[in-house]
Amino acid sequence: MTATEAPARLRWMTATAREIIDETPRVRSLVLDVPDWPGHKAGQHVDVRLTADDGYQAQRSYSIASAPGAPLMLTIERLESGEVSSYLAGDLRAGDRFELRGPIGGYFVWTPALEGPLFLVAGGSGVVPLMAMLRARAAAGVKTPTVLLYSSRTGADIIYRAELDSLADGDASLNVVHTLTRAQPSGWSGYSRRIDRAMLEETGFSPALRPRIFVCGPTAMVETAASALRALGHAANLIKTERFGPSGR
Amino acid sequence: MTEPPISRGFRGRGRSDQSSRVPPGQHLVTDFPVLSAGPTPEPDLSAWRFALGEEDSPLAEWTWAEFNALPQTDVVVDIHCVTTWSKLDTAWRGVSFDTLLEAAGLSEPPGPFTLIHCDGGYTTNVPSEDLVDGKAMVATLYEGEPLHPEHGGPARLLVPHLYFWKSAKWIRRIAFLDEEQPGFWEENGYHIYGDPWREQRYDGD
Repeated sequence: MTATEAPARLRWMTATAREIIDETPRVRSLVLDVPDWPGHKAGQHVDVRLTADDGYQAQRSYSIASAPGAPLMLTIERLESGEVSSYLAGDLRAGDRFELRGPIGGYFVWTPALEGPLFLVAGGSGVVPLMAMLRARAAAGVKTPTVLLYSSRTGADIIYRAELDSLADGDASLNVVHTLTRAQPSGWSGYSRRIDRAMLEETGFSPALRPRIFVCGPTAMVETAASALRALGHAANLIKTERFGPSGR
Repeated sequence: MTEPPISRGFRGRGRSDQSSRVPPGQHLVTDFPVLSAGPTPEPDLSAWRFALGEEDSPLAEWTWAEFNALPQTDVVVDIHCVTTWSKLDTAWRGVSFDTLLEAAGLSEPPGPFTLIHCDGGYTTNVPSEDLVDGKAMVATLYEGEPLHPEHGGPARLLVPHLYFWKSAKWIRRIAFLDEEQPGFWEENGYHIYGDPWREQRYDGD
């Protein structure tokens, strides 16, 4: 027997919202019951399909927020023009159903068995697949040296803030660094500008340590960060990116 | 086939997107989203080369100046990204694959399959017959402007009848193969062919 798995069609499965968590004023997490869920790796995504009562359908991709083995969680930012996000992070209630299929993507993926330090760079809801990596890391109990550099507009826009605090509090090998780009609470001593080269150099690992780097966020932020990381001497093949624009709705 | 569950309270605002020009599961956008797996390469036009065939013994190779001296083709096409956005009436200029073959002195593609090679090591596979007869070009201008690096500049493949990941950014070489060889996304769970009208998003679709 070989370990090769035959390609199987990704079937549409019915997901039922078990729990809805308000993360920020614009962001909600959905904990889902998906009876046939085959499992996933941190960093992968799903395609979601909504069906209206007249049969109209709409489909979008969303990153998985949960660790492998935990109940499937999606975290959705509500975009005003977003046909699907405004439903999932708006009208949807516990018990409501929709379809999804996945997991999808074999590239923007981290598993606890991977060696080398881990540098995660997030902008806004780009933190979602990176949170799956932090949760996978915590669940596996590994002490991979890890930094999350996370840019949010204001303190109120930080997704998973309490969980990030508690993960970092109990783990000397995890450092969570916030930057708040639009408004800062009084007494804020952290970064208060967009992610730039100096910030990446100060918070991240030396290129000599060959950290695995995952960058996820809006296009402009990802372009800036990825270019700066290259300029700092990080190898292009260790920098993995996921971008979303206004049309990531 | 069982009926899909109704998502209670979902009415859908995108119905105007439904037209004969929008493939199943897609929605229209007016901006141009960027999707790439890694950093955007720095363009260096003085060192830029584009080749057909093998790296060591190409069938033909062009510098940036030579490439831009080839006959140029303008197209206005609809593009469809596997992440479900579609964009109508996008205008491109470049060198058609037919022109490239002709300039290389080839009457037809020297193999039934191609593997597209790009800066950064990205690859994608396209059957040769999907590139000929005006179906594909190597594009250098988008909407009349030099193609921005984020969108694949200086040059990207444009093969708009397939999902847009096949329109590989930062193209440098088209290799011809006797047997199909999956490229980067195709090895990572995406469909080997990628026809948006048959919704061939992922392996097995």
